[in-house]
Amino acid sequence: MTAQPLLDVRDLTVEFTTRRGIVKAVQHVDISVAKGETLAIVGESGSGKSVTSYAVMRILDRAGRIAEGSVMFSGIDVKAATEDQMRDLRGREVSMIFQNPRAALNPIRKVGDQIEDVLRTHVQQAQVADHGEKALLALEQVKIARPRERYHAYPFELSGGMCQRVVIALALACNPQLLIADEPTTGLDVTTQKAVMDLIVELTKRRAMSTILITHDLGLAAAYCDHVVVMEKGRVVETAKAADIFANPQHPYTRKLMRATPRIGVSLRDLLPEEEGSAATSFASPRTRGEANALGSALARQSAAGEGDSPSTPLVEAAPHPDPLRASEARLDPAKSGERESSVASGGSEKPLLLVEKLVKEYPRQGATAVLGKLFGRRPPVEPDVFRAVDGISFSIGHGESVGLVGESGCGKSTTSMMVMRLLDQTSGRIQFDGEEIGSIMPSAFARLPLRSRIQMVFQDPTDSLNPRFTAARAIVDPILQLGNVRGRDALRARCEELAAMVGLPLNLLDRFPHQLSGGQKARVGIARAIALHPKLVILDEPTAALDVSVQAVVLNLLEDLKQRLGMSYLFVSHDLNVVRLLCDRVIVMRTGRTVEEGSSEKVLSDPQDDYTKQLLTAIPHPPLPVH
Amino acid sequence: MLPLIGKRLMFAIPSLIGVVIVTFLLTRALPGDPAAYFAGPAATKEAVEQIRKKLGFDKPLVEQFFRYANDLAHGDFGTSLTTGQPVATEIRNRLPASAELTLLGLIVSIAIAIPLGVLAATRPGSWIDHLCRVTTTAGVSLPVFFTGLVLAYVFYFQLGWSPAPLGRLDVFYSAPPTVTGFHLIDTLLARDLEAFRSALSQLILPAATLAIFSLAPIARMTRASMLAVLASEFVRTARASGLSPATVIVTYAFRNAMLPVITTLSMVFSFLLGANVLVEKVFAWPGIGSYAVEALIASDFAPVQGFVLTMAVMYVLLNLVIDILYGVIDPRVRLEG
Repeated sequence: MTAQPLLDVRDLTVEFTTRRGIVKAVQHVDISVAKGETLAIVGESGSGKSVTSYAVMRILDRAGRIAEGSVMFSGIDVKAATEDQMRDLRGREVSMIFQNPRAALNPIRKVGDQIEDVLRTHVQQAQVADHGEKALLALEQVKIARPRERYHAYPFELSGGMCQRVVIALALACNPQLLIADEPTTGLDVTTQKAVMDLIVELTKRRAMSTILITHDLGLAAAYCDHVVVMEKGRVVETAKAADIFANPQHPYTRKLMRATPRIGVSLRDLLPEEEGSAATSFASPRTRGEANALGSALARQSAAGEGDSPSTPLVEAAPHPDPLRASEARLDPAKSGERESSVASGGSEKPLLLVEKLVKEYPRQGATAVLGKLFGRRPPVEPDVFRAVDGISFSIGHGESVGLVGESGCGKSTTSMMVMRLLDQTSGRIQFDGEEIGSIMPSAFARLPLRSRIQMVFQDPTDSLNPRFTAARAIVDPILQLGNVRGRDALRARCEELAAMVGLPLNLLDRFPHQLSGGQKARVGIARAIALHPKLVILDEPTAALDVSVQAVVLNLLEDLKQRLGMSYLFVSHDLNVVRLLCDRVIVMRTGRTVEEGSSEKVLSDPQDDYTKQLLTAIPHPPLPVH
Repeated sequence: MLPLIGKRLMFAIPSLIGVVIVTFLLTRALPGDPAAYFAGPAATKEAVEQIRKKLGFDKPLVEQFFRYANDLAHGDFGTSLTTGQPVATEIRNRLPASAELTLLGLIVSIAIAIPLGVLAATRPGSWIDHLCRVTTTAGVSLPVFFTGLVLAYVFYFQLGWSPAPLGRLDVFYSAPPTVTGFHLIDTLLARDLEAFRSALSQLILPAATLAIFSLAPIARMTRASMLAVLASEFVRTARASGLSPATVIVTYAFRNAMLPVITTLSMVFSFLLGANVLVEKVFAWPGIGSYAVEALIASDFAPVQGFVLTMAVMYVLLNLVIDILYGVIDPRVRLEG
């Protein structure tokens, strides 16, 4: 590669004009991509990796502009080019694949027509006749089954993975020289992710194209790219060969990212940054032991008694560290929590906390209108078939145990958790919770029962699961107002502050609204809300799926600490085997509504018996283990 | 498509029955005694009683209702007490006048509002965006009778460009043979260009009045909906694929943005159809709105019932058309049919 690179970005600064003045989203970024090279831009949200790629294509929105630097694409100055020249470049020379493929396609236009639109724009007039055939060919190349049929499909009729294939077909239809893939597999299942990534690599390699892969997933970057650029807060902090960067990361941020990525052979504590990790593991050190003991026992007593109105304000003020997470962890007393756990265990060692037997959930295949049609007796039911979302699942969760429910989207894991939570009625089967039969309770009635307070849930999207008009404090006390016994303004506030301290939410954030909080802070609010009523079982529905890896590491550790301290059980619903392994004692692997494998996390993940589990495990891209 | 239409019409039956019952009860609950009103101020008690008997008001309410429903089933809407004409005939004569006015007003309004909204959305902050804002604000804030009067004053009285605001046709022309009831179409069918020009010149001012009023919601909705769609991810994909701005705006953005606009259109249309009484009054338009208001003032219940029922049927049909349009534009809606 002695010739000039295909894409050369020098000293790029991108500015956005906002109401609060000019924001520099990207500062002094240098990136160069050679012909046929695959480059990864890695960083967490807000690192400016997407903005950089938009600047390369000059599709920044109205408020953004390239303030400084230059972008040269095969000899063309992108910054100085006219809009017409740029339009000619887009789609034909540089094209882009986006995150969330379903939203990236026009919902009311046939996918074949959308590919044709691109062909018609860029291919010579003489060949107009065979645009349809070319579009079909593009669909064939991305290995869509029955392309002739799919040509006439609308995006909503296709699965997420299939939509992403269409987007790839769209991007590659005109044989561009550079493909920018912006988080192309985020939100897809691991096996679909592998299929999509393999497809991208295969197609680009065959055409000798260059690729920029924008991702937050170091494993993905390592598995598929030659070079890696790590970005943090709009700046490039490290550029190196993929092999080198994992063997010998230079920048502390790179090291932090690598530590935080869940992977084989590490424990939960290993995910935290070096200093914090050691602080967390050494909370029993002589220096902090004294205060930890005092605080921890006070807290344990409090939680055990289930009183929210005991004096907790001094406790909060006594928090020794400015960092709330460390403060809460420092208060954790291993001896006490061990005691608590054993007492709980001796109380109910025979009976598990949750017992699910032969749980089945069926949905009628027909839509609501067909049911109405039947009501009028106009036509016989076409397809009497039912769809079994959950097909005879049985499992149990012991006191203080955490069980992972793993599977790909559509496997019935969320439906199962919703039935346990009594948000859905099961078709048949039994659910026993804490010795009581809850499977027969109607979902509508369950919300009012005192039993309800003992099962709580943490949701996947920390933003969508909070009422945007409630402050953090109001959201946290919401379950207490519904079902709790803490009354009075001051007592509620005290309990709220206590919960905030437990989950490491700085108290000064309590009066903020969700949009004023970061993703990690919102996740903490969601967790505080779930533990507000001293639940015995918390259902965690992909609680970290929407978070950056470094935030995920902290939240997972927080969940583990809370479990030990409060003696809760977890039902952890996730598609990410690596995350499940870190937090769960046992794992249940689900597929099409059935259990395919069950066992201790270590055993299932290190020695999977079922083919499907093996397939799931091999689909995960692994970064090479860091050398320490 | 046909089963969908059939099903939709079937769902409309219960609401139509409801409308029949409610209008019947409401007109009976109206203040004033129609019998006393028609007997005149000088009538004796016996004369009033006689009229009451003739109208059937002495019977129990239930019996009155069943008689009314039976008449309806036979296409008999009753007879207006003020004009002595069958209500069905009067509505048949007057509805096309209102519909022609409303449709023309709406077409003018759409022709201005949608391009205005689209342009405003594609160039936020530009002069056209400000123009859009000023026009829509002015459109909603001016009451129709006021714009109507101002237009008549300026274009008829001051400039003399338009004919006297007195009905659908100049007195010198006779109405064309009724085919559709729309004078613009009927005069053309009769190849009477003079009458067509007269009908059009009579229509322009009231239609413009309605258009100015209905411009605002349509333009605003178009602008808002276009802005939302232009910020969506599939428009970004289209841009990133190098599609021309025309394709991006028309094929990708506009068709998606049309859905809420169509909903607004249907609301504006049904609102205009019933509520352009003021415009009809100002321009002496022989429409259905002024007919209903006059009947209401006279406690003449049969035309009021007939009017409400007609509007209900129109509304059902309009909704059906909107649903079909939705299905044409959005394949996701078709699935549920």
